[in-house]
Amino acid sequence: MSEARPLRFLVPEPSARPGDKADFSYLPVPEAGSVRRPEVDVEPTDIRDLAYSLIRVLDDDGKAVGAWNPDVNADDLRRGLRAMVKTRIYDDRMLTAQRQGKTSFYMRCTGEEAIAVGQALELRVGDMCFPTYRQQGWLIAREWSLVDMMCQVYSNEKDRLHGRQMPIMYSSKEADFFSISGNLGTQFIQAVGWAMASAIRGDTAIASGFIGEGATAEADFHHALTFAHTYQAPVILNIVNNQWAISSFQGIAGGAGTTFAARAVGYAIPALRVDGNDYLAVLAATRWASERARGNFGPTIIEWVTYRASAHSTSDDPSRYRPSDEWESWPLGDPIERLKKHLIAIGEWSEEQHAELQADLDREVRAAAREAEGYGTLLDGRVADFKSIFEDVFKEMPQHLVRQRAQAEEAEEAGQCRQ
Amino acid sequence: MPAMTLSGAVRSALDVMLERDDSVVVFGEDVGYFGGVFRCTDGLQKKYGAERVFDAPIAEGGIIGAAIGMAAYGLRPVPEIQFADYVYPGLDQLISEAARLRYRSGAEFTAPLTVRMPCGGGIHGGQTHSQSPEGIFTHVCGLKTVMPSNPYDAKGLLIASIEDDDPVIFLEPKRLYTGPFDGHHDRPAVPWSNHPLGEVPEGHYQIPLASAAVRRAGEEVTVLAYGTMVYVAEAAANESGVDAEIIDLRTIWPLDLDTIEQSVRKTGRCVIVHEATRTSGFGAELSASVQESCFYHLEAPIERVTGWDTPYPHAQEWDYFPGPSRVAAALKRVMAA
Repeated sequence: MSEARPLRFLVPEPSARPGDKADFSYLPVPEAGSVRRPEVDVEPTDIRDLAYSLIRVLDDDGKAVGAWNPDVNADDLRRGLRAMVKTRIYDDRMLTAQRQGKTSFYMRCTGEEAIAVGQALELRVGDMCFPTYRQQGWLIAREWSLVDMMCQVYSNEKDRLHGRQMPIMYSSKEADFFSISGNLGTQFIQAVGWAMASAIRGDTAIASGFIGEGATAEADFHHALTFAHTYQAPVILNIVNNQWAISSFQGIAGGAGTTFAARAVGYAIPALRVDGNDYLAVLAATRWASERARGNFGPTIIEWVTYRASAHSTSDDPSRYRPSDEWESWPLGDPIERLKKHLIAIGEWSEEQHAELQADLDREVRAAAREAEGYGTLLDGRVADFKSIFEDVFKEMPQHLVRQRAQAEEAEEAGQCRQ
Repeated sequence: MPAMTLSGAVRSALDVMLERDDSVVVFGEDVGYFGGVFRCTDGLQKKYGAERVFDAPIAEGGIIGAAIGMAAYGLRPVPEIQFADYVYPGLDQLISEAARLRYRSGAEFTAPLTVRMPCGGGIHGGQTHSQSPEGIFTHVCGLKTVMPSNPYDAKGLLIASIEDDDPVIFLEPKRLYTGPFDGHHDRPAVPWSNHPLGEVPEGHYQIPLASAAVRRAGEEVTVLAYGTMVYVAEAAANESGVDAEIIDLRTIWPLDLDTIEQSVRKTGRCVIVHEATRTSGFGAELSASVQESCFYHLEAPIERVTGWDTPYPHAQEWDYFPGPSRVAAALKRVMAA
């Protein structure tokens, strides 16, 4: 009889911690253009390898290469570049506003701009985005009002959500942008339900759900895949793998030795794994998935490999858990720099034009901030009247809330509030 | 008017709404081809097609999450949770999503879904097929919680719930599916065809939400009950000789406090009866509300008769179930106080 050995418990550790040199050796990066592009009616079982590869279009010289090159005209590329730059400037301005106390909280999407911007511009008006909190690029790409977004961040008098939601939890039906939830993952199955409804009605709109790699561990992720496959729902299921879920590296979500795209294989859903910092690859993969959905070929999973260059939020300090040089060592680079390089390489852009664009957008964002601040910020307390918190709990206010609102009014008049 | 069982009345309400409103869809575990384990969707897939009445994977969080997406699209989904005991994996979607969507989006997006689920005991279902979780839902702002006690109300309340623009939890006391049940489990079952509230119109009608019904007029004590406990309370009143006024809440939340206050101010006594466990159960809310608004009319402490604070047992079901003897004893205690 062999001797019983003590069992070993494993808690995965990332490749590097603060003080170490960044180490992305766990992430093989194939040559741009090296992955095949199947027809959109392909059987999921015939493209399992794509869940383990990495679709890239832009090479190191800024050239667009291979079968996935989406062949986009320069105007559309400049439009994407503009939206990405605007998103980054907007993020930086709102971070400053948070540091100034004008809002309680902010989250940037630095380094991930290509994904939401590319999807917003590739999908059609009427298709519905079910975002996480890092797809503000969708709203900006759809030319949604910066002032409206800022009023939400400032929770001011013009905040359409009346100060009920934390900053950045936008909602805009008009911009095809579903109300953001702070409960991670819930929107993924809702996106599938929305897409099922569109198919039940015989309509033409498709849905696009987003989730982070960390939240793929939630049951909602698996519900989404089960329902999407069962009913062949016209939905794109985007997994944004930015390597970090607050302080937990992607291995804590079960990413070691596999990919998040590979989750789809067992569900017989076609999966693409894509360089999320490559704007052309974003357009190409989105187009492929949307053509599948619109052609009644069912759902597609896309894992976008990217890097969260900023802190998780203004309440987070990444220097406590990851090396400080990770962003500069990130093998897939900066999506804005890469698209800019491509446009310059094809003779459609210049450093001067880029500097001018940045200056223009900086002015636009500052002007929007001035206007939004004119409607109040958390600093000056010009927020929605507190009795408005009783509205929209139900469509019509039930008796118990009418009574409580009256009690709140009395408490306010008696000076018992904010004390 | 035809006689219907409570499950037949539920089916009739779904039939009427599927016919009237093409945005209504019905789905859940075993509800499609088979027609549901309690037959509440029998024949509906055949009549309306699999696009509107269909089977769902065994994933309550998925069923409710998908229903929220459908509702946001503009449909009126009526998902079924096979037993209320199974709803817990779906609570995040109900509590954090369905109940809050209108509020958090400034009324841009709404979730007009009606989640049906059989609840309560009396069928030897043990702890996973007998629970009464209404207190979990009434604690959530943004949800309405409904529990009918008879076929006529079941149909009218279900239609009102589906037509309501907010999410509704629709609890169906499964022991009442086939007939009224007063807790005398050793006596022969009584069918709905012998009961006046088993007469149900074929067509469309609503019982408004947030409106209670006085089931038995009385002068001495007010009994607050819903679901199966309405019949248990009736039996207790008849057997104890106490002239009890029995109020069937029908909609548990929002509460019809006016009807309750009117009765308690008249009788000066109040007994609250529910199957659910006692601590933090809805009876606690009822007791507090009655105390707050009727304290100077009360002549006795408010009593609660409820399930014990244990998991619902299997072999000891009839010791657990708050039957007519326990309710009658409470009626006598408040009369003696």
